[in-house]
Amino acid sequence: MSTALEARDVSVTVGAARILSDVSATVERGEWVTVIGPNGAGKTTLLRAIAGLLVFAGQVLVEGRAVRGSTRRQLARQIALVPQHPQTPTELTVAEYVLLGRTPHIGYFATETRTDRLAAERAMARLGLRQFTDRLLGSLSGGELQRVVLARALAQEAPILLLDEPTTALDLGRQQDALELLDELRRDSDLTVVSAMHDLSLAGQYADRLLLLDGGRVVAQGKPDAVLSEQVIAAHYAAKVSVIRKDGAVFVLPRREEKRWVH
Amino acid sequence: MASLAPQPPSQIVKTCPLCQEQFECAQGRPGCWCETVVLGRQTLADIRAVAHGCICPSCLSGFAAREKARRSSDPDRPDENNAPATWAKAVPNAAVRPRGVSVVWAMVALGFLAGALLLGLGTGAASIGPASIVASLLAHTQLFHISPPLSRVDDAILWQIRAPRVVLAALVGGMLAVAGSAYQGVFRNPLADPYLLGVAAGAGLGATLAIAYAAAGSDIGLLLPLAAFAGALIAVAAAYVLGRSAGGVRGTSTLILAGVIVALFMTAIQTFVQQQRSDTLRAVYSWILGGFGTADWHAVAVVLPYIAVSSAIILLHRRVLDVLSLGDEEAASLGIDVRRTRLVLVLVATAGTAAAVAVSGLIGFVGIIIPHTIRLLVSPSYRAIVPLSILAGAGFLILADALARTILSPAELPIGVVTAFFGAPFFAILLRTSRRIVM
Repeated sequence: MSTALEARDVSVTVGAARILSDVSATVERGEWVTVIGPNGAGKTTLLRAIAGLLVFAGQVLVEGRAVRGSTRRQLARQIALVPQHPQTPTELTVAEYVLLGRTPHIGYFATETRTDRLAAERAMARLGLRQFTDRLLGSLSGGELQRVVLARALAQEAPILLLDEPTTALDLGRQQDALELLDELRRDSDLTVVSAMHDLSLAGQYADRLLLLDGGRVVAQGKPDAVLSEQVIAAHYAAKVSVIRKDGAVFVLPRREEKRWVH
Repeated sequence: MASLAPQPPSQIVKTCPLCQEQFECAQGRPGCWCETVVLGRQTLADIRAVAHGCICPSCLSGFAAREKARRSSDPDRPDENNAPATWAKAVPNAAVRPRGVSVVWAMVALGFLAGALLLGLGTGAASIGPASIVASLLAHTQLFHISPPLSRVDDAILWQIRAPRVVLAALVGGMLAVAGSAYQGVFRNPLADPYLLGVAAGAGLGATLAIAYAAAGSDIGLLLPLAAFAGALIAVAAAYVLGRSAGGVRGTSTLILAGVIVALFMTAIQTFVQQQRSDTLRAVYSWILGGFGTADWHAVAVVLPYIAVSSAIILLHRRVLDVLSLGDEEAASLGIDVRRTRLVLVLVATAGTAAAVAVSGLIGFVGIIIPHTIRLLVSPSYRAIVPLSILAGAGFLILADALARTILSPAELPIGVVTAFFGAPFFAILLRTSRRIVM
């Protein structure tokens, strides 16, 4: 395996606040790494730094090439980002929206070629969106919209996919659908996936490795089985949980402490 | 000698779980016979529901035949995942393209502009019919042997007085509308118009200074446009520098606020100068209201390069403007340098607007309403808004100018009064009847 992404001592400071402190991590090609951590741990900031969307100290290498020295277009051909709350203009059609994902492959003043239209169509077919081609984005449900946004990222044909909370807006079944689909896409398109997630049970079941951030620092990383333990979660999430290991998967369940009233 | 041809995959004998026949199988590796059978997602799900693992060629072809029959009996519900076998040879689905400008809307907009041109050229103290205008135009090109249909006086009225006026109105109208569409796209703000960053206040101050303090005997007709142009550019440059230094990274609000502040400051100076030289109030006021009373071919020649280059550059950005509608961050993640794009668009839109304002005064309404009209009537995509705004803006201002000079003839109404008086009710009706969201 070779390295797809490498962060070396990445630090981000906004005003007086240090959001990330010396984060170092590597992601192998084809791997799915999920960044977990409590609110404000720096998950989104780390994804944005990798995508080159903010100023950071340290070094991020994409396929061995420094993010800071790359142009926006070069980066967009390597990394597709699905933000937590993507802008989906209600009056655009699904086809128009997915075609916007081809931007890094289209000359600045040019318009879409046949290749771009085929790539968009392929992405839509892959996500089962063909019958939605000329539907307006405003007419889609949350789950459909999620797939459309994913299709746009797929049409970008970047080998690395960054997903910020890809399942927060979805119900239980749609969450599983979306993650299964991602896993399928990752396998048959050789994608490297880095996601940020809140649901620890889902994170553990789909990721190859977890990266636990707290207060902008990496406090644990490794196989889900190793990272997800009652002690670690209690220490960093200030949460009381039961961790259940069953059939090779790890389930993290919140648990209410019994109050002992003293009379 | 070793063969470079791919080796046939090693086959094993399996038993079909459906018909219990024995068959050879390469276990799904490349080269297996099952590669040649392309099935839809529904059929694959059907097979997985009844059989675990590979099935024999005859059973598989049975499923393929059933899928084919189902699709031909129900052509309205094509199997969604039935993608062409090889994409390299495929022709993209006609629906997978941006809507852009349909032929119908292009014809409507061109027809509107042509009608406005003929009406603008024909109306006035001496009425000239559209047939005579076309014949006279053809005669002037000298390509055809048509004798001039107009008297020498009418000919001079048409080509020396009315034509430059109509052409200038078209250029200014097209420019204001296309600059408005660029500003609305760049700032993702439905209230944006070409005067957003202080063009109007800067040009107003420049014009006021020129009128108030021009040395006696200097050519005010030459000085005024230059001063207005320079004032407009200085105002926007000041707003941009202020907006950037005050945190332009945080998006567009800082820049818009900087524009408001610069405009207020310049308006204050302008008011002060007006108070000092109250004898010039009338001249300043009439310039601010805008109009084409002094239009000639020279003015057309002066502004044409600015307006042509500026409109062309904005037109080339129509797809990029659609990308910007996803927000700064997503546009950046799609490979657009948002800051540079914004700077370029603001720069060219401002230069074109400043040139238009310099020869016509401050004409409001066109720059904000025409792009919204296209957005509501045709499409919210800038591929439609930008080109159609040029045509519609040009036609609209020609008509407004024709009304301005005929309603109270021989007196002229300020054109800004006409654009708003007739444009506002039209837009109000459109806003009520359209089900589209403004932005």
